[in-house]
Order: sequence, then C-alpha cells, then structure tokens
Amino acid sequence: MANYPDDLQYTKDHEWIRITGDSGRVGITFYAQDSLGDVVYVDLPKIGAMVKANEPFGSVESVKAVSELFSPVSGEVIEVNAKLADAPELVNTSPYDDGWMIVIKLSNLSETDALLSAAEYEDFINEK
Amino acid sequence: MPVEYGGLVAEHLAVRTAAGIFDVSHMGEILVRGRDALKFIQRVTCNDAARLTDGQAQYSALLTERGTFVDDILVHRFAEDAYFLCVNAANADKDAAWLARHAAGFDVEVCDVSADYAQLAVQGPRAAAIVQSLAAEDLAGLGYYRFRRDAVLAGVPTLVARTGYTGEDGFELYCAPDDAERLWTALAEAGHPTPCGLGARNTLRLEAKLALYGHEIDDAVTPLEAGLGWICKLDKGDFVGRDALLRQKAAGLTRKLVGFEVEDRVPIRDGYPLVADGREIGRVTSGSPSPFLKKNIGLAYLPIDKTAVGTRVLAVARGREVPCRIVPTPFYARPK
Repeated sequence: MANYPDDLQYTKDHEWIRITGDSGRVGITFYAQDSLGDVVYVDLPKIGAMVKANEPFGSVESVKAVSELFSPVSGEVIEVNAKLADAPELVNTSPYDDGWMIVIKLSNLSETDALLSAAEYEDFINEK
Repeated sequence: MPVEYGGLVAEHLAVRTAAGIFDVSHMGEILVRGRDALKFIQRVTCNDAARLTDGQAQYSALLTERGTFVDDILVHRFAEDAYFLCVNAANADKDAAWLARHAAGFDVEVCDVSADYAQLAVQGPRAAAIVQSLAAEDLAGLGYYRFRRDAVLAGVPTLVARTGYTGEDGFELYCAPDDAERLWTALAEAGHPTPCGLGARNTLRLEAKLALYGHEIDDAVTPLEAGLGWICKLDKGDFVGRDALLRQKAAGLTRKLVGFEVEDRVPIRDGYPLVADGREIGRVTSGSPSPFLKKNIGLAYLPIDKTAVGTRVLAVARGREVPCRIVPTPFYARPK
C-alpha cells in the first residue's frame, strides 16, 4: 500500500527510516501524521547530536497534543530538515519526502534487524 | 464525546464560518423548585437572578465562603418558583450536595435531573437557520440568553436556549436522552452541521476566553481574579462568598487572569510555567495553537504588575524559554 512504502523500515513508535549505506533518513509515518492532525511545530536536534535507538530525539506538535519522536537507530545526526521550522505542515502533506526530519549516521548497523518491514508495520497498526 | 471526529482544526473552522454540532450530554442539570426558589438562588449564586424574566438565562457561579468557585453555571428561569441550572459534568454531584446543604431554612427542593436530559449544541453563523428549519415557531428570533422551554424540533420536545460555549451565535438544545439521536439526525439532515469533539470545543472557548472549570477557575480563585467581576452583583444583597469578595475588592487584587500571545512557533500549553526575572510567576491555565487566529495563545494568572497589555514574560516549553506578550482579550470576538 502506498501509505507505507516498501523501501522503508518502521518502528512501533510510528517512525520510518530509509537506510542508504551507513546512514538513514528518518521521519514519521502516514499513520502517525494522520493521528496527530495538523502539525504546527517540530522540535529537532542539532547537527552533531548523538541519538540512541528507541529514545526521544525531538517532538512534534499538533493543535491537540505534543508527541515525542523516537529514534529508530543509534548514531550521529548529520542532517536536519530546516524547512520544517517554517513549514511544519510538510509532515502532513509529504510524510515520506519533504516532511523528513533527520539523517542519522548509524553507529551500529545491526540495530536495523529490530525494525519492521512495511508489511509488518501495516499488520501492527491494523491490530490497534 | 470524542476528542475529534474528522479533525480538530476543520471542526473548529466549521463553527467559525458555518456550523458545528456537539453532543454535550455529559453536562449536568439541576432543578430548583419551591416558594423560596428566587430567594434561594439569590443566596447561592453571585449574579442577580432577580433581573431574570421567565424564559431568560444568566451566566453565574456558586461560590464558597472564601469567594472562590464551587462551579460556574447557567441559571435558566422557568418561573419565579422554578430555576433550571446547567452545571459542569464533573461538578454535578458536588453542586447538588452543596445546594442541598444551603437549602436549610428555604422552602425549596433541589433535584439533580442530569439523567433526564441529553444536550446538543449547534453553534456557528448557520446555526439559527438550521434550528429554525426544524421548528414551526419562531426560534431564529429568540434573543441572546433567552430560551423556549416547550419548543418542538422535528417532533422532539426540546428546551431551546440561545447560549453556547464557542464565541459564536448558536443554541443549546436539551431533550430526553431517548430522543437525542433523533434530534441529532434531524439537525444533520437539515443543514449538515459539522460534528465537533471536545478538542474543538476547547480551542473555540479558549479563543473566546470562556473559562473552563479545573483550568481558569476552581476553588482557589475568585471571579474577581478570573475577570468575571461582571457576574458578581455585590449590591444585590447577601450571598455566599460576598463578604470575601468585598474584602478582596477593598484590598485590591494581587493577581489576575490575562491572555498572552506566543512570539514563536512553539505552542505553550496547559501547566507550562511562566517566568520573569528568573522566577516562576505563574502557570498556564489553558494554552494552545489557535486554529482561527493561526498563532499560539494562552491564559494564565499573573501578579498584577505583570498584567498590563504589552508586558513581556517568558514561558518555559519543556526546558526552552519562549517569549510571550500580554494581549487584550478575548482573542476572538465574532463580528457584530
């Protein structure tokens, strides 16, 4: 299903990661942005920050609530989507492309074994 | 009542520009009847119920002896010997017990009739046309804070009041719980008001600076501090809490409720601290992005010297200090 592209891996906290070589681009899923509603603010780490798998790296806010963002993997933040500062709605309109959040240089490639495939993630959210 | 049906922002904007419908059946209703009903209402509420005529409603409050809120309520006058109170759901039991305790010596009967009523609110510029289309009698011509006790909407006996909690024109409709679904369906078919949840109800009332019990008001603050001095008729005769309000008025307020705008994209939410000169000076009672005004707004109690319009304070958003400016309220008032 187009809502959950096959070339991404997913977490049960509703983040996605697109691994290329030893780095991965991270954002939140269609399901996550749809549950949040209109995103009005995204708080992201600075380039150079270290993040840990399954731990918060930032937050995303809609009118109704604040949600923590959890990192799918451990490593160093090497890119941050600066566009989200002025256009947080990109998280809603383009969760897998223009609405990406950070790029992480992975410190432990084996952590990706714990991530879900698109099919596994879809099964997970359908059970909810 | 869900937080949202089709999305909080869309629901909010529908009420500002067209119409929304809310199932607010959780609200409590209390009936006060008896020969001393007016005398009793005058004793236990702070507004002047003697000014009401049959078919008229009034925003008021039950206060403690300290002048703080037991609850904020709507008083509807059925007759000089019968008043219908709409109270907050979470406070209905407390209010009924509090009223019963104060009823000693009055010829009145206090009945919690919450289980007998469902309540639907139809709010927004199109509300009058929608409600009118279901009635034979003139309801669109009903004045603000007037009600019709024995109206019939689409065959459903309904108390129709021109009141609301959104800052828009609209109606609150009280009917028997068994009729509520039929009334909702008739309203939906008549004019397709957007179903709205608790989320939009909260952001709409915040833009209009309407107080929410447990946030702006509770048993630790007085109406004078909450900017609700206009519902305290201190010259109407004695009522519970009056002495405390007179003392507070004479001494002068040390803090009051103000509105602020956030000068940043970070939403400032309920419970966030406000600081000045390195010290905490208050907490946000309600704060949210404003869907209609498209900026972040909030309410807080601040020391009097920080309440002038234009004053700058800092809010602490999860560790980060964010500049805010005191602004005039309400944030939103509907065009007259």
